[in-house]
Amino acid sequence: MRWLRYLNQWRGTAKEAFEQVSIVAKFLCLIHVTDRYIISSTHVQGPSMLPTLNLTGDVILAEHLSHRFGKIGLGDIVLVRSPTDPTRMVTKRVLGLEGHRLSFSADPLVGDRSVSVVVPKGHVWIQGDNLYASTDSRNFGPVPYNLIEGKALLRVWPPRYFGSLR
Amino acid sequence: MPVAEHHILVDKPSLDMGIQNLIWQVTKKAFTGGIIGITISDRFCSVVPVRGDSMSPTFNPQRNSYLDDYVLVEKFCLNDYKFARGDVVVFSSPTHFKDRYIKRIVGMPGEWISSSRDVIRVPEGHCWVEGDNKASSLDSRTFGPIPLGLIRGRVSGVVWPPQRVSKIG
Repeated sequence: MRWLRYLNQWRGTAKEAFEQVSIVAKFLCLIHVTDRYIISSTHVQGPSMLPTLNLTGDVILAEHLSHRFGKIGLGDIVLVRSPTDPTRMVTKRVLGLEGHRLSFSADPLVGDRSVSVVVPKGHVWIQGDNLYASTDSRNFGPVPYNLIEGKALLRVWPPRYFGSLR
Repeated sequence: MPVAEHHILVDKPSLDMGIQNLIWQVTKKAFTGGIIGITISDRFCSVVPVRGDSMSPTFNPQRNSYLDDYVLVEKFCLNDYKFARGDVVVFSSPTHFKDRYIKRIVGMPGEWISSSRDVIRVPEGHCWVEGDNKASSLDSRTFGPIPLGLIRGRVSGVVWPPQRVSKIG
């Protein structure tokens, strides 16, 4: 009789625990969906986007909707999964869409010999704002559009430079 | 007579409230279910149909448009992007941004691949993918090596139709 009562009590506790866990799980799922499909914050650093983004690191907000509908345009700052190392993300500016013809200087430190390319179908040309210290399409060529994972919208940190990115 | 009128007055708004409540509950359930489903299919595994015969005889061995194979795709491999030769993977097309293909990895970074025209080296962070049915497959022989970052999951087995349930790799 007594253990039956214990069992009942235990069942109540288990039910409550299950409810708590399911609330937490739903919350984590909501975070995942927001982060993957709507908006997320990223910490970017490095010299490759220098006049636009800081060397020491900025926190930016990136939205993940427009690239799913093919709405990435010229001049957008995008987050791209690096074609040479898939675990890294790089932040660059889109300078050419499919079919565009563009020319760039082969080695800006040495001379002004320029190379001309046509961006193939389904690809984009990405380049850092700092021509002298950026590994980008000039090294690895145009990247597939599907490697784009987000478009930078706002800089939120440091607060002094809060504002939209262009 | 006054009693009946009173009833009508009371009943109508409460029925409205009931429907509103029901709609609200259904919306809430659908929203929660959708969020959980998307998270599971992004993080853990999902089931996708295989279209076309580019991977026959592994998938879709006979041409039968209404009996497509459904395969289980696991997503844990996306945490570290470690793949091996022989893995069957789902990846986004490098040329058409809405398409996804299922092919087998034939060459890993640094390996030499002899395609029909010449011998090329697979660059760092890329892989060489080919369909099992060489005759009708659009793969790396057409568009070259693909970045590993395009891979969206690894196929771990066939789950439908029942007589074809099997493990891959």
